[in-house]
Amino acid sequence: MTTKALLSSAAALALALGLAGPAAAQVESDDPIRLTLHDWTGQLVTTNLMARVLEEAGYTVELVQADYIAQFAGLKTGDLHVAMEMWETTGRQAMDEATATGQVVNFGPTGMEAVEEWWYPSYMKEKCLGLPDWKALNDCAEAFATAETAPKGRYLGAPVTWGGFDEERVEALGLNYEVIHAGTDAALFAELESAYQRQAPILMWVYAPHWSQTKYEGEWIEFPPYEAACYEDPAWGINPNKTHDCAKPRGPIWKVGWAGVANKWPGAAKAIGAFTISNAEMDRMIARIDLDGEQLDAVIADWMAQNEAVWQGWIAK
Amino acid sequence: MRAGEGIAGAVPRAGLRGSGAWQRGAWLWGGIVAASLALAAWVGPVPVPKALTPDMAGWVSAALRWLVERADLGLFSFKELTRAIAAVIEWPYSLVRAALVDGWVEGRGSRARTILQPLSWIAVIAIVAAMGAYARSWRLGAFVGACFLYLAVFGRWESAMVTLASILIAVPIGVAGGLGLSIAAWLWPRFERALAPILDLMQTVPIFAYLVPILFLFGFGPVAALIATVIYAMPPMVRVTTLALKSVPPELGEFATMAGCTTAQRIRKVLLPAALPDLMVGVNQVIMLSLNMVIIASMIGAGGLGFDVLNALRRLDIGAGIEAGLAITALAIALDRLSQAYAARTADVPMSAGASGGWPRRHPWLSTVALVILGTALMGLVLPPVASYPAEAVITTKAFWGDLVKAINIRYFDDLEAIKTAFLTFVMLPVKRFLLALPWPWVLAVAAFAGWRLGGAPLAATGAALGAFVLATGLWEQAMTTVYLCGVAVVIAAFIGIPLGILAAANDTAGRVIGGIIDTLQTLPSFVYLIPVVMLFRVGDFAALIAVVLFALAPAVRYTAHGLRSVPPEMIEAGIVCGCTPRQVLTRIRLPLALPEILLGLNQTIMLALSMLVITALVGTRDLGQEVYIALTRADTGAGVIAGLGVAAIAIIADRLIAAGAAHARARLGLQRGTP
Repeated sequence: MTTKALLSSAAALALALGLAGPAAAQVESDDPIRLTLHDWTGQLVTTNLMARVLEEAGYTVELVQADYIAQFAGLKTGDLHVAMEMWETTGRQAMDEATATGQVVNFGPTGMEAVEEWWYPSYMKEKCLGLPDWKALNDCAEAFATAETAPKGRYLGAPVTWGGFDEERVEALGLNYEVIHAGTDAALFAELESAYQRQAPILMWVYAPHWSQTKYEGEWIEFPPYEAACYEDPAWGINPNKTHDCAKPRGPIWKVGWAGVANKWPGAAKAIGAFTISNAEMDRMIARIDLDGEQLDAVIADWMAQNEAVWQGWIAK
Repeated sequence: MRAGEGIAGAVPRAGLRGSGAWQRGAWLWGGIVAASLALAAWVGPVPVPKALTPDMAGWVSAALRWLVERADLGLFSFKELTRAIAAVIEWPYSLVRAALVDGWVEGRGSRARTILQPLSWIAVIAIVAAMGAYARSWRLGAFVGACFLYLAVFGRWESAMVTLASILIAVPIGVAGGLGLSIAAWLWPRFERALAPILDLMQTVPIFAYLVPILFLFGFGPVAALIATVIYAMPPMVRVTTLALKSVPPELGEFATMAGCTTAQRIRKVLLPAALPDLMVGVNQVIMLSLNMVIIASMIGAGGLGFDVLNALRRLDIGAGIEAGLAITALAIALDRLSQAYAARTADVPMSAGASGGWPRRHPWLSTVALVILGTALMGLVLPPVASYPAEAVITTKAFWGDLVKAINIRYFDDLEAIKTAFLTFVMLPVKRFLLALPWPWVLAVAAFAGWRLGGAPLAATGAALGAFVLATGLWEQAMTTVYLCGVAVVIAAFIGIPLGILAAANDTAGRVIGGIIDTLQTLPSFVYLIPVVMLFRVGDFAALIAVVLFALAPAVRYTAHGLRSVPPEMIEAGIVCGCTPRQVLTRIRLPLALPEILLGLNQTIMLALSMLVITALVGTRDLGQEVYIALTRADTGAGVIAGLGVAAIAIIADRLIAAGAAHARARLGLQRGTP
């Protein structure tokens, strides 16, 4: 071996050591762990946060853009590895289908609680006195009506694909309302923004955690609380002949991923499983990004600086 | 009756009106409409028997599952083959991406270290401006440069380069694939016949329908998005090239054979060069259609400008959405003008004799650009703003757009609501109720009868067969909703588009302004204006209708203007000599003669309206587009493909009927087929 070659390989070794950094001494594999990014801010926050923490632990991470449901194709084959937010309320069907194959596993809850419910802006309380009790809705049907739905009130539901059983709920509770489905999340909140600008009546499906909770003042309708029996047993609840005479279920937001992660990067799998964050913390970060226009990286760096003990716990050996 | 029309058509008379065939036709169709109304009123919808709707979705799902999981080609599985293709495509893609966006880095993630910076924004602008100046003129160079400067100034540079990188890979693949297929079609007529329906499907099946299988086969990420883009953008290349190869004078081919060329030499050295100007038209189409795909591609991992649009609208940041959307338009228009200039250049200027002198002198453009690249790369090391456009200098109009929509919303919402309600009650809902109330056997009979009248038995069979397929999907109601939404949209687009086309043909300035608006509407992703439309009109069919009309307007305008401009001047002179007023020249001579072109424009309008279907699903319509979208979100491949094929069937019926109608009109007027 010539001196020159020796020197250069020594340099390469030094470089490799220098790059690896102190914390990265022993990760199981240097292959990149691919986390999926979707198109809502909360998910960008959880994913980037997880990515930063994994990097601190010495793993190589790659962020990939992917559709919320279509990503399961990649998670099954191992093209993609981790999806940080799978909502009980909207992703359950796809998740169950995927975990049933054995190629996708549930990494446990994120600690965030998904809420989906009928919602109205606070200024509607003056026009409809009994709110938030659901029993007031029928008296105010006129107030929530539009030319197309009158004399029935208009309830703007979520995209058809999200499910939600609103038609069933309207029927079971005898509500004088028509359910109109928005096609997408963006269309849903476009209507809210429009109505809010005009202080016009609106009754619609809202979910949390979401930036709308910070931007608009409003309340959830209070239906009889959800129980599993309500959805299965007609005898349950106010209407003895129908199911769905209650509120929507609330449920965790899960982390899911490729089944192979635990074998290939056991430490990372443990860290992903340990990741938890609360609705309130999440709302604060989302609002700083979407409403105050701060950079996502800066907001995440702040959180990491303030909660070092928390995330160090996730990656502790 | 058809023979009679043929004789009348042999005489090139303009403004044939009171001919007997025409009148009888009018009575006949009037009778059919009256019968339909009566049936809708007194008979009403007939339920589709279960036996007629087999579980096609299940079959397709099973077949695809087999293809993805089990199909074996001997040495390797089908999936391994597609994965290998993906790897081959990925390689040049990462190279281009490195040059434009990422630079060359060592290591991954946060440990990455940049070895070589990507091309500086100044260098890229210099390259495209030089290409414009080389292809046509300094003016074009300045225009293209300005379009790219927009990307930098409005802070969209990095996303735009990601998008550009995928276009730079998708377009050559689409062009090469298109060339290969069309040469094969030219060599073997049987292959051409087999290819025709596949091309129709590639253009009409909504891309959401086959997205999931593509993800399985080609893996997740930019390559799958690239492949979906190529599938959508390639058909026009095949069509244009096949036509171009056929229209090369046969003497040329014979000459080549006599000169002793092999078939390969004949194609490569003689036919392709002779057809080159037309081929460039195909390349231009591939570029434009690839850019139409930017939003959908970003949903499956292409990133770039499409992702910016989606992300902004998700936050209801209308201004940011419009800026990112206009960036796509700027990119599209720049690439369109550049490719058109190259097309014109290859047509006009034969290769100029090489100038004498050293290499830099013989290649002034290349050497200048090389200098700029090198210079900016070196300067970028010292001066960061040269390497990447400084964030402080980014300007934005976000607030303006948001405020504009808000102002309109607060001040005019009630008026808009009144207009919408009136239109819904008096036009849209009656049409919808009418179509949904028609018994399906009658609809199938009318489709077959229209086919028979316009194209004889073969077209009648096509109409009946495709109609029966739609019935068999079990989505009859959704299909009729599709017909209703697209039908109303096409009628409105024609009412707006044809007069605009007349205006554009009559006046050059108006033509330029209208052309600019049409270009913008066609390249601006519809999602950008969909959200403001929802704010002003609420979700529902009306908002969907506006989006469809805006998108589908373009061909109605373009083909009308083109048809009017290409009326033979002798005809117009003859009219003037006979003492026609300008108005009479328009209504009696130019419009009737342009009718075949206008019909083709309508045909394209229908195609575009149908291709918007999936997007309208995003504002809550309940048509076939919604079925495709639901299938996508549930990853139900079979259902998606079947609903997508339903859309394709409707599109193909409309296409064949109108094409036959246009051929009739042309024959009656004694015109030759002209390509716009």
